[in-house]
Amino acid sequence: MLAIYKREMRSYFTGVIGYVFLVLFLAIGGAAFCLTTLFAMNADVSSFFTYMLIFSAVILPLLTMKSFSDERKTKTEQLLLTAPVSITGMVLGKFLAALTMYSGALLVNSFYFVILYRYAEIKTANLIGNVVALLLVGMTFIAIGIFVSALTENQLSAAVGTMAIIVVFLLIGVLNSLLPSAYWLRYVFNCISIFTRFQTFTNGYFDLSSLIYYLSVSAVFVYFTIRVYDRRRFN
Amino acid sequence: MVKVEHLVKRYGQNYALNDVSFEIGEGEIVGLLGPNGAGKSTTMNILTGYLSATSGNASIDGIDIVEYPIEAKSMIGFLPEQPPLYQDMTVDEYLNFVYELKGCTLDRAAHLAEIISVVRLSDVRTRLIKNLSKGYKQRVGIAQALVGDPKLIVFDEPTVGLDPKQILEIRNLIRTLSKNHTVILSTHILAEVQAVCERVIIINQGKIIADEKTADLTRAIEDSYHYEIRISGPQKDVISGIEKVRGVKTVSATGAKDGDAYCYVIESEKGIDVRKPVFNLCAERSWPIVGLAPVGTDLESIFIRLVDRDNGVPETKRDSRRRKAH
Repeated sequence: MLAIYKREMRSYFTGVIGYVFLVLFLAIGGAAFCLTTLFAMNADVSSFFTYMLIFSAVILPLLTMKSFSDERKTKTEQLLLTAPVSITGMVLGKFLAALTMYSGALLVNSFYFVILYRYAEIKTANLIGNVVALLLVGMTFIAIGIFVSALTENQLSAAVGTMAIIVVFLLIGVLNSLLPSAYWLRYVFNCISIFTRFQTFTNGYFDLSSLIYYLSVSAVFVYFTIRVYDRRRFN
Repeated sequence: MVKVEHLVKRYGQNYALNDVSFEIGEGEIVGLLGPNGAGKSTTMNILTGYLSATSGNASIDGIDIVEYPIEAKSMIGFLPEQPPLYQDMTVDEYLNFVYELKGCTLDRAAHLAEIISVVRLSDVRTRLIKNLSKGYKQRVGIAQALVGDPKLIVFDEPTVGLDPKQILEIRNLIRTLSKNHTVILSTHILAEVQAVCERVIIINQGKIIADEKTADLTRAIEDSYHYEIRISGPQKDVISGIEKVRGVKTVSATGAKDGDAYCYVIESEKGIDVRKPVFNLCAERSWPIVGLAPVGTDLESIFIRLVDRDNGVPETKRDSRRRKAH
């Protein structure tokens, strides 16, 4: 697993994807930060995090699109699958590498907040809660991305497919507001909406059920990926 | 070392493998031979744990590949049909990655240096794999299979797409490896089996149709021997003379000429060597023999006959096809 993790990290930086991801994430993160807080003379970071959530939905598929699709296309997966490594180890190695890239970018991004302390009184706990929420949402997106990239040989299809699934998860919240209020479906949608759950964090609450929700959605998609590989041996 | 029992691989209604069983002992070097699509790669992919069989099982050194995949896989070095190379790595980086992936415990620097010298990669160690020639890529693929000094080495068509010099080099390499490893290699090139393997397993349409020592194969298949003989002498007398030799089934002139000698094909009965009596006859009559060679005993024709027999092509058609092959 460690070997796969290390190779994956290296491949982000021997190609362009790692650099493109970091540059875009930090540049757009910086711009969003300036616009929502400094230029708006506002110390409330909730809109910044909402922007970052939507931006992550667009950029994270770039990070995961290559994970398995490229291995499949170049047949290098044959090396991984015939090496004495479990499928779980292989999937987790790739998942953790993408997660490391994302958390790294998020960590650097968090230094922006230091500026805010000069101008206003900031609730550190609130900030941390938000960063953790964004990390958890990103983890979910990465798990989805890894799963979709295991389904196709084409990186572009993997990226687009991942975005599509993420958009569905995000739009469930919007769809919700169109439904009659007592409708049971509304309750279900509320539970699975990534966006609604994220908002509890941006509003300053640390919601344990949301934490469990993000962790379990990620686990489910990682598990699906393992199953894809398990099944493929029989096809 | 390797035990394969009643392997079946089905894709929908099609059988890629249909009840394949064989055993390979330690230190053997075995060729899997068959036309394209016969099931060679499928067999190897199941043996190395890349695919799962529909039914049947495969074990390496007594360890089942499905039940204990990690233990079994750690004993195998596999070069798939298309070498699994990461194009964006250098040869050194790649071999180090494979070393870590396989969780090797051998001394890293010494082990990798040894492999690099065996497959002769020292010139390109620091080059990106994507910039290497096909021959070098193939060698990196072989090097990858050797990492961890596995007991069993599986090569799927190791010489495809290489030039003749590279083919010879790779064959020599495989022969060297076979001194310390059990080797299975697949190919559709018969000369390769003849040159490298002690034993050959012939697969056609997912079934084993022959499993013999390479040297015995000829004898096992042939029910009669054919010789091409060139004799200078009156054609009619020669034919009628040779026909009377004990053990000769048929004699026919092929129509070809070699100087003043005519070419004939003699078919002899099984188990009787007619060469000496034919020579004595010719010597007696002062008909100089200018050439004598067995026909149809090379692997090519045996292979075609076996495959045809398995596919149900009638004997007469087979004969004409065999002659065409010469």
